[in-house]
Amino acid sequence: MTTNHSSPPDGTHKPRLVVIGNGMAGIRAVEELLDRAPGLYQISVFGAEPRVNYNRIMLSPLLSGEKTFDQIVINDRDWYTANGITLHAGDAVETIDRQRQVVITKSGLECPYDRLLIATGSMPIVIPIPGARLPGVVTFRDVDDVDAMLIASAKGGHAVVIGGGLLGLEAAVGLKARGMDVTVLHLAGHLMERQLDASAGHLLAKELERRGLTVLTGADTAAILGDSHVTGVALKDGTELPADLVVMAVGIRPDTRLAAAAGLEVGRGIMVDDHMVTSDPAIMAVGECVQHRGSCYGLVQPLFDMAKVLADHLAGRKGAGYAGSVTSTKLKVTGVDVFSAGDFSGGPGTEDIVFRDAGRGIYKRIVLEEGRVKGAVLYGDTGDGGWYFQLLKAGEDVSPLRDTLIFGQGFAPSEGGAANPTAAVAALPDTAEICGCNGVCKGTIVKAINEKGLTTLDAVKACTKASASCGSCTGLVEGLLTHTLGGDYQAAGVKPMCKCTDHDHDSVRRLIRVQGLKSIPDVMQALEWKTPDGCHSCRPALNYYLLASWPGEYVDHAASRFVNERVHANIQKDGTYSVVPRMWGGLTNANELRAIADVVEKFDIPTVKVTGGQRIDLLGIKKDDLPAVWADLNAAGMVSGHAYGKSLRTVKTCVGSDWCRFGTQKSLEVGVNLERMTWGSWTPHKFKMAVSGCPRNCAEATIKDFGVIATDGGFDLLVGGNGGIKLRGTDLLVKVTTEEEVQEYCAAFMQLYREEAHYLERTAPWIERVGLDFVKARVVDDAENRRALHDRFLASQRHAQVDPWAERAPGTAAAARDFRTLATVE
Amino acid sequence: MHRPLDWKDIGQLCDIPVQGARRVEHPAGRIAVFRTIDDQVFALRDECPHKKGPLSEGIVHGHAVTCPLHNWVIDLATGEATGPDEGCTGHIPVRVEGERVLLGLAG
Repeated sequence: MTTNHSSPPDGTHKPRLVVIGNGMAGIRAVEELLDRAPGLYQISVFGAEPRVNYNRIMLSPLLSGEKTFDQIVINDRDWYTANGITLHAGDAVETIDRQRQVVITKSGLECPYDRLLIATGSMPIVIPIPGARLPGVVTFRDVDDVDAMLIASAKGGHAVVIGGGLLGLEAAVGLKARGMDVTVLHLAGHLMERQLDASAGHLLAKELERRGLTVLTGADTAAILGDSHVTGVALKDGTELPADLVVMAVGIRPDTRLAAAAGLEVGRGIMVDDHMVTSDPAIMAVGECVQHRGSCYGLVQPLFDMAKVLADHLAGRKGAGYAGSVTSTKLKVTGVDVFSAGDFSGGPGTEDIVFRDAGRGIYKRIVLEEGRVKGAVLYGDTGDGGWYFQLLKAGEDVSPLRDTLIFGQGFAPSEGGAANPTAAVAALPDTAEICGCNGVCKGTIVKAINEKGLTTLDAVKACTKASASCGSCTGLVEGLLTHTLGGDYQAAGVKPMCKCTDHDHDSVRRLIRVQGLKSIPDVMQALEWKTPDGCHSCRPALNYYLLASWPGEYVDHAASRFVNERVHANIQKDGTYSVVPRMWGGLTNANELRAIADVVEKFDIPTVKVTGGQRIDLLGIKKDDLPAVWADLNAAGMVSGHAYGKSLRTVKTCVGSDWCRFGTQKSLEVGVNLERMTWGSWTPHKFKMAVSGCPRNCAEATIKDFGVIATDGGFDLLVGGNGGIKLRGTDLLVKVTTEEEVQEYCAAFMQLYREEAHYLERTAPWIERVGLDFVKARVVDDAENRRALHDRFLASQRHAQVDPWAERAPGTAAAARDFRTLATVE
Repeated sequence: MHRPLDWKDIGQLCDIPVQGARRVEHPAGRIAVFRTIDDQVFALRDECPHKKGPLSEGIVHGHAVTCPLHNWVIDLATGEATGPDEGCTGHIPVRVEGERVLLGLAG
């Protein structure tokens, strides 16, 4: 079979460019080419992975949950289409036939080329020890690896990461964030020995241990244990560690298999000249798979440099060619700032400038040789990393700066003399790299701001990709906006939770998970709250976020709850309370009604009313009487109705097919079962449900957070309705056929809402904000994710379904403390 | 004429939850006694100057309490509403002696 590439309508034949590798290097080269000469080639891209091009260096935030796959996609399908590129994702090239100038894929597809670009990247190294191929042993290279780790981490247990380099540590922190016990085994004497010196390595190990990881250095792995699945790891010194998951992250090697099989010249990598051309003039190679002047690279910066050179060559431009790259490294672990560049091994002829601040956990070391920066290691404060890297690449004599060099650019004597961040970015040359993740330099950003009239950070991100990945250069980009636009630029975007913090809700939620923050004081300390103990706005939000992030572990903080949730009743305008016992699905009986009647008479309750949620509200109860009222209701088998909470409220039902001549399903039973499953759960805001037994919809399911309407064939599941201030009808989430599915979707939807929405955001505005597609992608399209959400919901419910009334029965300490008057004085 | 305060023992410090409050009944009206994060104790009339909401049920933060009815924020030291709102509820002198908490009431 041969692909049928039609010629352009004008009849001219465009040269065909085939790219093997849909990763960062191959696609970057294509992007650079399109920049220089759009439409010059007819381009086909082959990728082994069944997906579009994504940012591989963002796999760690994907693992830790800080980013979603959508957020790390570099080019979506529309981009390929818009640029006339044919993408063959998931159909790997297996053979290059240089004679006939065609590539042949796994599925048997043959595609002819005039120019071929090999960008096959690298393969993770698997150390040849017993057990290395056992199920449960994974590498950390692509989205499939991340998926395998996510599945393993969902069950909890022990993870052992072999390799304490960049990738290994990012995997370790990600798995810890996912709730696993993590041990890092590292062969060398300190972590990241290729990027860090011993002092910085030690600080890093201490920080990781503070976060609950175990770090073993000098640990030589002997074998991976287990029969049908990994169970542990044995070290050469005889130590055995339990393991449910082993991540092998000991390094990578260039993937030269295709090139070697095609007879191209191959060393450690595919040999290329300064224009990225292999030993066959029709074939080029780029990225981690190549060997250039004896060097192979495993970092992202060189491949951006290579991509430019290659694009020049393909576009027929004469360029200087590639002369090799000087690299710098950053660890992508939130809250751990590590930077290194160049050679910092020291040795004869070099000098060190060292700065330590143990109290703030800062360590900086600059290595000089003949007055020039040769290497730099920064830990704890990496803000000047870019500047040192620039000095290193420029190779200029820094003797005039030497006195203040270690304090960073802010202190460097400059013509402007001002030590402010805007002056600092102003001083950078146009070639200075601002965004390391996407290889964007200052000149490109300034040009985009000026020529395209960009005025916001988001616009710069969208247009240049600067700061669009890890975000650590956001400050620099904002500095450039300020510098370029002057007073016209207003930094904005982030809407802080409240005046106590600069963080917005999403950032707080993310950092709670990633940094393992488990109490309100921990959050306030780590995120630098500006008030001693927050305010009435942020404290309840933090209490909820912690409760939702660490079910069973976080202890609810009563003093951070609104009074209603503290006393399990609704405060009224006169300071009395209303009490609503739960009536499952609105069902009640003589025994319950009799007990309610008795309570009304005994405590002289002035008002009794039926609520909109099909329950009975007892209004005007004095605070001191609450525990005794509850005790009487408890005695008749009733529990708190949570009518006061940011929690599951009611499940309104109609009688359904049990009684109604129109009813198609047992809506009562479905409703009662939903309420049994979900009662007691805390949610960002109140959560109401309804189940109607037929499309006449007597239970008004179309204005509920989660509504069910029975049909002849099954159930319509509806979400995001609201009958409050702003009326919103539900959206159809999905149609299902069984009650089990109703339950699974309901729990999954609630859990997604619990995990994603801002505190005090109802499902209606939440869905308006994130879009129904966001919800569908996670709850409907991805069955595995749905089950995972459902399971997390039920796991959290194990700790939530405790009747708060029974906990505060008369005579308990809680009842005395929370409800009794302290003293009466004359 | 200035009359000396009558110091009344109302209970132990540990009876008042940190970042919380307890109520004390008094013939002239209910009193709310607060304990802040830094273990200081304050007492106010248990009535928000706005709509008489029970301040003893509010969230205590810093040296302030937020009324549960309409979120007015009241300064614990003075009883004054903060921010754009205006109004004041009476404040009562407090002394902590060892573990005991005393209110200074007009004799």
